[in-house]
Amino acid sequence: MSDVALKSIKKDKEESYSYMKDVMERFSHHKAALISMFILGLIILLCAVLPLVMDLDPYSTDSLAVYAAPSAEHILGTDEIGRDLFARLVYGGRTSLVVGVISMLISVFIGVPLGILAGYYRGWIEAMVLRLADVFMSFPSIVLSMVMVSIMGPSLTSVTIVIGITGWPQFARIIYSKVIITREMEYVQSAKATGIKDGRIMTQYILPNALSPVLINMTFRTAQAILMEASLSFLGLGVKPPTASWGNILQYAQNISSLMMRPWMWMPAGILMLVTVVTVNFIGDGIRDALDPKLKIQ
Amino acid sequence: MSENKEVLIKIEDVKKYFNASNAFGNKKGQVHAVDDINLDIYKGETLGLVGESGCGKSTLGRTILRLTDATDGTIYFKDQDINKLKREPLRQMRKHMQMIFQDPYSSLNPRMTVMEIIRSPLDAFNIGTKEERDQKVLEIMEKVGLGKQFLFRYPHEFSGGQRQRVVIAKALILNPDFVVADEPVSALDVSVRSQILNLMKELQEELDFTCLFISHDLSVVKHISNRVAVMYLGKIVELADKNELYDNPLHPYTKALLSAIPIPDATVKVKRQILSGDVPSPYDPPSGCHFHTRCPYATERCSTECPKLKDMGDGHFVACHLCEGGAS
Repeated sequence: MSDVALKSIKKDKEESYSYMKDVMERFSHHKAALISMFILGLIILLCAVLPLVMDLDPYSTDSLAVYAAPSAEHILGTDEIGRDLFARLVYGGRTSLVVGVISMLISVFIGVPLGILAGYYRGWIEAMVLRLADVFMSFPSIVLSMVMVSIMGPSLTSVTIVIGITGWPQFARIIYSKVIITREMEYVQSAKATGIKDGRIMTQYILPNALSPVLINMTFRTAQAILMEASLSFLGLGVKPPTASWGNILQYAQNISSLMMRPWMWMPAGILMLVTVVTVNFIGDGIRDALDPKLKIQ
Repeated sequence: MSENKEVLIKIEDVKKYFNASNAFGNKKGQVHAVDDINLDIYKGETLGLVGESGCGKSTLGRTILRLTDATDGTIYFKDQDINKLKREPLRQMRKHMQMIFQDPYSSLNPRMTVMEIIRSPLDAFNIGTKEERDQKVLEIMEKVGLGKQFLFRYPHEFSGGQRQRVVIAKALILNPDFVVADEPVSALDVSVRSQILNLMKELQEELDFTCLFISHDLSVVKHISNRVAVMYLGKIVELADKNELYDNPLHPYTKALLSAIPIPDATVKVKRQILSGDVPSPYDPPSGCHFHTRCPYATERCSTECPKLKDMGDGHFVACHLCEGGAS
């Protein structure tokens, strides 16, 4: 058959029922997730676009306006060395979101392959991966990250990597538990009987059928990572000072007088972080419900 | 069937035991799923394997394909001992032996299109160019009666019968010598069953493969097989040519099974032979003949001595102390 004919069949196919269409349909009925998606989209858009269109400078100090309250010149006021807090908030948002997403991806790329190998081969690989995950999970992640950051030295890269590394056991365990169910499915047995290689069985038969809980947890982990970066920055082990992040904006407000008398220094960053984490979690809920085919579309 | 036929698969003293343990990991005993089976499968025939659920017929099929390793015994495929094959040679061997699974609803990867599913064996062994593979997929789809408008559909869009056609197409695209069909029609509607059975019969004539047809349904086996083996609790109790077995069953278990086949005629009165009791647990099979606990003719000897599969003449084998001597 010619390629053209094959393509025309493919086109027909797209109009028929499909799994993804159903998922989208269910997602669009989840109001909290949709609203969250809109708000989060707005935050991301503002962080991405504002520095390009506005003349924002998060670094230079204004010695005439130290601890200045919000005014026309500095709409969110300034910090203790006179840096514009609105500019820092926007740039800090960039940092926090990037750290959140990238470190989550690092966790996924370490955790998912290990989890699949452990669940598929069982035996000594399983024992090793799971025990290693136990070791990682038995330390409070904040303590573990602090130790690692202090070894590597605090910087944007090291914080991202460290948060990424501490997150892998979660993904490994989630996909592992799904893989040990999937590997017993008849289509995996049938693939083995056909003579399909293990690598292909894992990537084409097991991965796509075991991925949905990982997708859900990717959102939750992003939220966790943003908080983790903020905690590390708050403790002075996060992103290094001239670079802004929501976490280190909060760190600078860490004294009684700022907390009591200068709410503009910490309120906006705190609220934005709260909103981001809450919306990300709602989106995760929405994806979870949408991927569950047993939930009927209302 | 004549004895001078070429043997494709030779099964010698094959045993498959599963270790059973309780919740604390202590060994409880072994499940004797397949217990010392000897069987020859001739080239080109369809051998029906019947028995009630749990008697080990599926395990035997899976052991022959080495989807599970045999506990003991040897299996020869074309004079090659497949239990000794290492990983990659075993994978290459799979080109020649395929399996059709029972449940077409779970034996197809839900995230692959029909095209990808049927082509997967060709992809696995890197056969031909991409165009040749696509061409082959279209050919086999036509043979199993699937239109090419289905190429890019996903399994959930099909009915059970159509899915089983996809499964069959996938199993046969490599032109295998040997196919294990593990209850291929028992999950299907009665109306679709005969279609699939006839399809398999036609394809067998056309593609000339040998088939081990596992089923619990005696009428299905009668329809499709040349020879029939009856299994009870991990052992083969009777093996004969199809007509010989159905007309002249020798083993008391076979007799009981055959008397249970419903006859679609209300005027015919059959004397049903109802077996009492349940199948004994395969954890701890009865001593001697496994069937003696339920056999109406059991003697003292049956409970102590395990009967061997004996040739009663004309390729009719039976494992029973009560059937001594020559042909019936």
